[in-house]
Amino acid sequence: MASHTFLSLLLFYLYSFHLLRPIYCSFGSNGFETTSVPKEEEFSEELLLKPLPDYKVLAHFHFTSTSPPSSSNGKHHHLFPKSIAQLVKKYKIRELELSFTQGRWNYDRWGASDPLSTANGKPPGVELWALFDIPTKEEIDATWRNLTHSLSGLFCASINFLESSTSYSAPLWGFLPNNGDLRYGALPREAVCTENLTPWLKLLPCRDKAGIASLLDRPSIYRGHYHSQRLKLRSDGLNGIVIEQTLSVVLQPIDRTSWSMHQLFKKSLTGKCALAKSSKVFLEIEGNLVSQNENILELVGEADMVTNDQRDHSTIYQYNVERYSEHEALDIRVNWKKLLQVSFLQAPLHASRFLMGSGNERGSIAISLQSARNSTKGLYDNSKNCFTRVVIFQVVPWYVKVYYHTLRIYVDGAIRDAKDVVEKINVAPSEDKVSPGTLEMMLQFPCGMMSAALTLDFDKGFLHIDEYPPDANQGFDIPSALVSFPDFISRRIYPDSISSPLLQSYKGRNIVKSYTEVLLVPLTTPDFSMPYNVITFTCTVLALYFGSMVNVLRRRVSEEERLAKSKDKRKPGLIPLLISKISNKVRGIKEDSANQSQSSQPILGPKVVFKVVLIALIAVLGHYIFNSS
Amino acid sequence: MEVAEVEAEVEKKATATRSRLIVRLAALLVSYSTLVSVVCCLAGLIALLVLPLLAKNTYISENALLPGSANPVLSYQHVTQANNLILDIMNIADDKEAPDIEIPKLIAKYMEILGAETYHHKFSQPQNQFHPLYFFSTSPNSPPTLANLSYGTSTVGIIRAPRGDGKEAIVLVSPYNTQNAGGIDASASSIGLAFSVFSLLSRATWLAKDIIWVASDSRFGDHTSVSAWLNDYHNPNFIGDASSNRIFKRAGTMACGIVFKVVEKERREKYEDRDVVTMYAEASNGQMPNLDLLNVVHYLAVHRQGIRVRIGMFGGLVKSHLVRVLGEVMQQVGRFARSLNPDWRFEMPSSEYVEGTATLASSIYSQALGVPTGPHGAFRDYQVDAVTLELSPRFSLKNEHTRLAFLLKGGRLIEGTVRSVNNLLEKFHQSFFLYFLTAPNKFVSVGVYMIPFAFLVAPLPIIAASLFNLTSNRNPWRWLHTAKPLLITHTWSVVVTLLPFYISKISDLPSTHCMLTWAGGSLMALVILYIVFGSPYSKHVEWRLLKAVMIASVSIGLCLMSIINFATAQIGALFVVPMCLFALPIRVKTNNSLIRSMVMTCNLVMAVLGFPVTAVALMQGVIKGFGTVSILEFWDSMKFLWGWNSATYLYLVLVHLPCWLLFLHILFHPCR
Repeated sequence: MASHTFLSLLLFYLYSFHLLRPIYCSFGSNGFETTSVPKEEEFSEELLLKPLPDYKVLAHFHFTSTSPPSSSNGKHHHLFPKSIAQLVKKYKIRELELSFTQGRWNYDRWGASDPLSTANGKPPGVELWALFDIPTKEEIDATWRNLTHSLSGLFCASINFLESSTSYSAPLWGFLPNNGDLRYGALPREAVCTENLTPWLKLLPCRDKAGIASLLDRPSIYRGHYHSQRLKLRSDGLNGIVIEQTLSVVLQPIDRTSWSMHQLFKKSLTGKCALAKSSKVFLEIEGNLVSQNENILELVGEADMVTNDQRDHSTIYQYNVERYSEHEALDIRVNWKKLLQVSFLQAPLHASRFLMGSGNERGSIAISLQSARNSTKGLYDNSKNCFTRVVIFQVVPWYVKVYYHTLRIYVDGAIRDAKDVVEKINVAPSEDKVSPGTLEMMLQFPCGMMSAALTLDFDKGFLHIDEYPPDANQGFDIPSALVSFPDFISRRIYPDSISSPLLQSYKGRNIVKSYTEVLLVPLTTPDFSMPYNVITFTCTVLALYFGSMVNVLRRRVSEEERLAKSKDKRKPGLIPLLISKISNKVRGIKEDSANQSQSSQPILGPKVVFKVVLIALIAVLGHYIFNSS
Repeated sequence: MEVAEVEAEVEKKATATRSRLIVRLAALLVSYSTLVSVVCCLAGLIALLVLPLLAKNTYISENALLPGSANPVLSYQHVTQANNLILDIMNIADDKEAPDIEIPKLIAKYMEILGAETYHHKFSQPQNQFHPLYFFSTSPNSPPTLANLSYGTSTVGIIRAPRGDGKEAIVLVSPYNTQNAGGIDASASSIGLAFSVFSLLSRATWLAKDIIWVASDSRFGDHTSVSAWLNDYHNPNFIGDASSNRIFKRAGTMACGIVFKVVEKERREKYEDRDVVTMYAEASNGQMPNLDLLNVVHYLAVHRQGIRVRIGMFGGLVKSHLVRVLGEVMQQVGRFARSLNPDWRFEMPSSEYVEGTATLASSIYSQALGVPTGPHGAFRDYQVDAVTLELSPRFSLKNEHTRLAFLLKGGRLIEGTVRSVNNLLEKFHQSFFLYFLTAPNKFVSVGVYMIPFAFLVAPLPIIAASLFNLTSNRNPWRWLHTAKPLLITHTWSVVVTLLPFYISKISDLPSTHCMLTWAGGSLMALVILYIVFGSPYSKHVEWRLLKAVMIASVSIGLCLMSIINFATAQIGALFVVPMCLFALPIRVKTNNSLIRSMVMTCNLVMAVLGFPVTAVALMQGVIKGFGTVSILEFWDSMKFLWGWNSATYLYLVLVHLPCWLLFLHILFHPCR
């Protein structure tokens, strides 16, 4: 009986999705296609599996929780995590995204322009950005600082290092168009592990005890080649708060040609989370894999629904988890009958960033863009008026002092004037120990371009000894740059018969973007193991140098000699310079040898030498005798 | 009140009459300058000879390296795969018409099977030009001209660490040469060895740093290809048509470079009971990689794989009687010291001393030459620690079984080294960068090897000061008169330095002609300088002052050189310091004729031996045997030095040569 009412409720929701057409979000803010205004808190769980061209498997977990703007329960929540609701309320967050990533998204092999990879590719370490609903800049900064500390406690990570003004920036349009209320920070060196996953799972109503999250077996998911755990939330007066929690893992099946869910996760999916409104598993096969030849792939396990997207880019197999139970676990098995070399949709340009030069003094940052020829033929026309826009957003820490005027742009092996290529540029130069340098740049390249390169020169700065982080000898990180292509939209539109927050997010105007590598800049590091020696030594050298220098500059040798002679003949003059002192002394030996020899002999006369040798002999003999006895 | 004032005045007088201690000590040293200089020089020589005794055992300083903590997992499966590649390469080298095009393709194919990203790097032979103005910088960045027909192709493969962030990379380099028909066995084995390690690493889950394998085509020498690739890695050239189509992939900051090649020793050399790996570490201008890198290789080779480790050694010195006698003396002295006090344990068997000396001599000589001993030198130019390992098998590589066993052993050594470097969180910084090696596991650190040099250089300022005082002129600015000959000499030496640049522009000149042109040009320059500036022997130039100024300039030159390349300064001091101390005019009158004749003999000998040309020949004679040395080869050896941007060339011409000329000036001083 209860299940019957639930089913009807579900149908109602499905229907409501049909009724309201999706409203597309503005530039870049993808993923929130919630249209209806739910009256109650809702939770849905989804898992998308996708075989990758290099026989790895992408598993994308997607959990959505929504909370209506005016809850009937006052401050209390049924499903929605209270900590997040409090966070949103207190810090007046409009949008926030926090990602923990380990490994690199391989844009060449795993795809770069489909919505899944555009959303999944995140820079290594922690990335946090937030949009605030606060008018003044000072208040935003203060709120951001508090927010980092709260998140740091919530997720057991050192997000609080983003508190310092040297580590976050406020991009205007390079990352996401905004009115100056966006803050962006990244910690490339943050290690990601289970301690970050556990608090993240605590936000789910069933945690990892039931439903799709129960597949998250720690050893299997951390063995993967890529691991990105995200929390994305948006709140407004209309829709309330929506959280998307996603976890993307790229796993390597043991057998390249055949894998199943059970093999991948070492756990079986025995049923849905009872609190979830919907619980679905999707298998997405890229269109060109299936349409070419049906015989290359064999699926074990009957799908509830099979659909293609509008442009036949991919095929989706849908499995409803609620059909399965402990007796009959859901286990999707994929067998490849043939090994195929296929390539995914590439980004229009492949971006990579690297350092040039060597040594501890200066260097250059270079961003090279290579055209992915085969995939973009259809998108380009080679007419003269065709241009591709590329937006580059890069934050550089202050100790890497970038000279932005040294920007050089090479297009197809020829240097180009920046005026011709740069459409829009916004530079916030770094300020020592206060703020990082931010570069936002929109470039226009001709469509037929094969390769382009940008270089920026920089000097390496010095840090104060207590500003060095632990393991300073490893070098310092420059966070990933973001290269986005505003003219290229990655979207997949599926028939409306599938209702799924995950697939809904595919419909958005997701701009194709890719993160570049993190760079490691070796800086000069002091020898931490012996600061005392170094300080003493340098102080001694400096004292000697300055002492003698001042001495030489201050004294006038000839004047003093003359004065000494005129004043008193018995008194040897105050002779400052070493050489002239010595010369006086030796001259003394020559002129009146009787006087001087008497004075010099006592220092090292034969008697003294004899005494010293005698004592030394006695000492050696004594030592020998005592030791031998 | 008054009493206090008076007391203060009395005190002031007392301090005024007594000069400061440091001044009195200096005066004392100066007045006994002869004794001090003799004692110091002897002490310096003895300290140099005692260095092998003072060598310490190496130890792994960086804890994170953890060498040998994991069992090697390189198996016969990897080695058999590598063997297939070796056989394919040999087939291509035998059958195909263009092996230099086919082999890179083959290697790339094998790399791609492993899932690595691959590309080819083309380079041409660099023009070995003398650029006096670019001496300490890397070669001027001229656009590469691939237009000329002869170019080499290196194949590069990159494995991305599965969970790594791609900030750092470890570079494996395996040079091979298809041109040399005889060595194709060894070349193919080098590639096979690299491939076996690479195939293991492509499946490794523990990688934290990316792995780059450069199969470098060494048709123009091992160093050229590696240095061309490194130059493109660090200073790419974006201009030009070639760059648009050229794919060049990178993998972050380099943590370490390991160059390895298989070399088959000729059979007539003495029988080896083990496989041998020879380490080469000296890079340009006496730079060394961090000692920890060598330690890791040595530890893994000796204690894990049972491979014998060798480093460069002068075989001639081992047989030398003089060194053997020295060894005996050292042994006796050590034994006596221990009988005095059992705690003084610096006794060393004479055979060990002899070997240590020969190795130390080779270590100092290779550093002093300032020329890298292998492709690892190219890495050091970009501040990357690197080492070259030359593996030579015990049995022939023709036999498949012994080849597989050898590949397994060598591969495990490299696997272990990669694993250790991969463990590193920070770059190499814990251990020494300045050291000499006296055995693969013994080293002399900078604190110890500075002592002989310090002893040798210490008397120079003292002698200069005492000579300055002995002159009859009492004007404190009297040394200015001698500045003229000094200026002439140094201007001349700069001219001599730059002359080869113009001589080398004249093409197709045999080296003897170049040498003669250089000598003639230098002589002419000297004569012109004399005509312009006048004779160096003006009436104010006393020989003592001239000597004092010469000593001062030489000691500055030596100290500067010791910062740039310590080993060069060390060897140079052995030649220059006696010249400075003994210099005496022929016409000077002294009372003791015996001493005078002895000093004169020494002077004449030094006038001959101190001439840079003979000094270099003497040095090479001591090390390589006198049979092979010819003075006319000086041009070639200098060309070799400036080809490698070695600062030793600058030292020879800018410090040593003026010193010798001034020495001659003093020798023929009229003594009016």
